[in-house]
Amino acid sequence: MLLLTCPNCGERNVAEFRFGGEAVKRPAPEDVNRATWADYLYLRRNTNGMQREWWYHTPCGCWFVAERHTRTQDVSHTAFWSPEG
Amino acid sequence: MLQLIRHGLNGKRPFPRMWREHELKDRYEVVIIGGGVHGLAAAYYLARDHGITDVAVLEKNYIGSGGSGRNTTIIRSNYLTPEGVLFYDESVKLYETLALELNFNLLFSQRGHLTLAHNDSSVRTMRWRAEVNQLQGVDSRLIWPDEIARLCPQLDLSDHPRYPILAALYHPPGGVIRHDAVVWGYARGADLRGVHIHQKTEVTGIDVTNSRVTGVRTTRGTIKTGVVLNATAGWATLISDMAGVRLPITTHPLQACVSESLKPFLNVIIVSGSLHVYVSQSDRGELVMGASVDPYTSYSLDSTLGFLEGLSGHLLELMPSLARVKILRQWAGLCDMTPDYSPIMGFTPVEGFLVDVGWGTYGFKAGPVSGKRMAELIATDRTPDLLAPFRLSRFEEGRLVGEKGAASVGH
Repeated sequence: MLLLTCPNCGERNVAEFRFGGEAVKRPAPEDVNRATWADYLYLRRNTNGMQREWWYHTPCGCWFVAERHTRTQDVSHTAFWSPEG
Repeated sequence: MLQLIRHGLNGKRPFPRMWREHELKDRYEVVIIGGGVHGLAAAYYLARDHGITDVAVLEKNYIGSGGSGRNTTIIRSNYLTPEGVLFYDESVKLYETLALELNFNLLFSQRGHLTLAHNDSSVRTMRWRAEVNQLQGVDSRLIWPDEIARLCPQLDLSDHPRYPILAALYHPPGGVIRHDAVVWGYARGADLRGVHIHQKTEVTGIDVTNSRVTGVRTTRGTIKTGVVLNATAGWATLISDMAGVRLPITTHPLQACVSESLKPFLNVIIVSGSLHVYVSQSDRGELVMGASVDPYTSYSLDSTLGFLEGLSGHLLELMPSLARVKILRQWAGLCDMTPDYSPIMGFTPVEGFLVDVGWGTYGFKAGPVSGKRMAELIATDRTPDLLAPFRLSRFEEGRLVGEKGAASVGH
């Protein structure tokens, strides 16, 4: 069973969380054309390995970023999002 | 049949092999990556319809070891968008004559497919689907509890469940088929026409020069080729990365399970989108059951208890009489999910690198038609009309083919 550590509440069963997809950087609105916007919306790395991704903890209502291995399900790190990444 | 009896009596074992093994040549006209139903069907139709037999199918494991051997074998065409309905309907028609065509018993059983609606908005979507289906000439209609009771008396049609059954979309041509036999039949048909099937041959790189494919590197040597077809489902982005083509795909495991064998009692396929469950009874009497994709992306083929608990709870909501039935085994396959729940077929920015991917949870039922049409695309270098809506560039153009309401039970 996958356990995730909510930065707010500590370690919990994955059933309490919702997956928010891999973390992608939103391009600055002034630099966007059709292709870069489609990239941001749809294209994904779909890594077979460590992946930086969004999760939502339903009981406390907070979004955070986790680093998870997409094959072994090891979670190395979870933290609130920060602009530095 | 006679052949089977003759072989049984002559004592020769084992049965003759259905396809040959070959040395890997250093040049092929077409290289197909992925030995599932899509890759093998493309190879078969390239050879049968277009006379292109210098084809290699590369499979990193054994053929049919991916999604083609892990699906729940349901075939139907009652989709939501006209593009989707037309496409899957051609697939159903190909499946109807496939056993004869391949001279291989595929045990295709068109027993009828029921998609249950548990609330007003689902009834509305079913009505919408029925209208779109009928307009495209597909046998599909909305039915009410009295008719559902006649087709499947095992369902709890009372108003006691939390999600009572209000109506259903009935699709009589929907059915189940022997999935392994489809793979083997195509493999044998392709092999007979000169296609090389290479099992245990993993692709390690794709050579691209000036935005053009020039070769494929594998664990058994390098192949020079001008045409590469990526038909690798859950691994599609890893293969496309080798050619420098990015795809709007994420890989999710989809789990399924079978129960112990029971006497035949269920002669239709039951699907509930709201409850995330589908079930049919196999020829051996096992209940073949599946649900929605796992809620997070993963390349793991592990089974989870959470899936089994969720599926069992929902199935018992539909058929409480199954409470004491035991689960026999459980497994997972990898699905390549796209943002609009429709596949991606055709050309990419790299010349000669083609994709037949994004098949998510609905790839098996489309094997024959996508194989046939991708073969046509390779042979003529033109996109067939049927494939045009599913081009890779639709995401940039903002012309998605939204099949979320009909393609998958989990959304």
